[in-house]
Amino acid sequence: MDALQLRRQLIEYTAELFSEGFLDEQFTQLQQLQDENNPDFVVEVVSLFFQDSERLLNELAKSLSQQEIDFKKMDAHVHQLKGSSSSVGAHRVQRSCISFRDFCNAKNVEGCLECLQKMKHEYSLVKDKLETFFDLEQQLSTTGGSPPPP
Amino acid sequence: MGWGERYDDAGEEVREVHVLAVDDNFVDRKVIERLLRSSACKATVVESGRRALQLLGMDEEMKGCCDLHGSQPKVDMVITDYCMPGMTGYELLKRIKESSALREIPVVVTSSEGIVARINRCMDQGAEEFLLKPVKLSDVKRLKDNMKRREAQPRKESRASAARKRNLEDEDSFAGPSSSSSTTSSPVSHGDRPLI
Repeated sequence: MDALQLRRQLIEYTAELFSEGFLDEQFTQLQQLQDENNPDFVVEVVSLFFQDSERLLNELAKSLSQQEIDFKKMDAHVHQLKGSSSSVGAHRVQRSCISFRDFCNAKNVEGCLECLQKMKHEYSLVKDKLETFFDLEQQLSTTGGSPPPP
Repeated sequence: MGWGERYDDAGEEVREVHVLAVDDNFVDRKVIERLLRSSACKATVVESGRRALQLLGMDEEMKGCCDLHGSQPKVDMVITDYCMPGMTGYELLKRIKESSALREIPVVVTSSEGIVARINRCMDQGAEEFLLKPVKLSDVKRLKDNMKRREAQPRKESRASAARKRNLEDEDSFAGPSSSSSTTSSPVSHGDRPLI
């Protein structure tokens, strides 16, 4: 595929990610913060987000498997996840955190368990999408194509 | 860490604005650091209020600034997250405002939740602004512009008001809602996002 086709594919793919709600305007903000002095900024932040999310999702699963569930601790974890997902523009993950928080505040264990599955699913979806996005960007850059503006 | 340097060039202030950012979330720390550096600010980013106070020269017991304060780097603004374990952003704000050495430093509080009681609490404690997260480039630009403008004006109530009025009339950048809510008399500044 040539640079022009790749570029077009990237633009269309990005538009899809936004229209399907995987990403929101905060992701665009991050792209605007990237420049020739910080060419990998978005990848770096998103990688931190992946690491942080995986840790927090594990912590939530662990908390929910305890005999005595520490709702306060879970609330702190989901607050962190909500924060980081918001900061990278991972909109659907952020929304699922809000739902989890509601169940957590109501001490509804079943609700939390179900919601956690949803969060994991949303996270894995956005992770795949973002990896594909970065892959397309990388391919485009390899062919010498100019990146589309954010 | 590089600190801003003062250039005495016909009395012109060319020193970079040095912002101390505090957030326990490491994704947020990375983003705020980039936001600040993109806006030509010197950024020092730490993960806790305690660490922030140490950098500002407060001693371990937080009783006051120790003798080394004179050799501490000059911080022009503190931006702190509200919700943090250990010392909250509110507590950090309070400590700074209660310190005779530090109280003049503007403190901006950020939060993912725009709870009115929280906002009022911070503003009553002397916060410069309360920003909804995620913080945007336009927020940082506005904070920086306000700071520079304030530094250029003498600290007299009537002259400060006159300057604000002049700026509101003269400059386009004050035409938007985010700018008009950025004065210290207004409790909340969160651009065009509604309070949740």
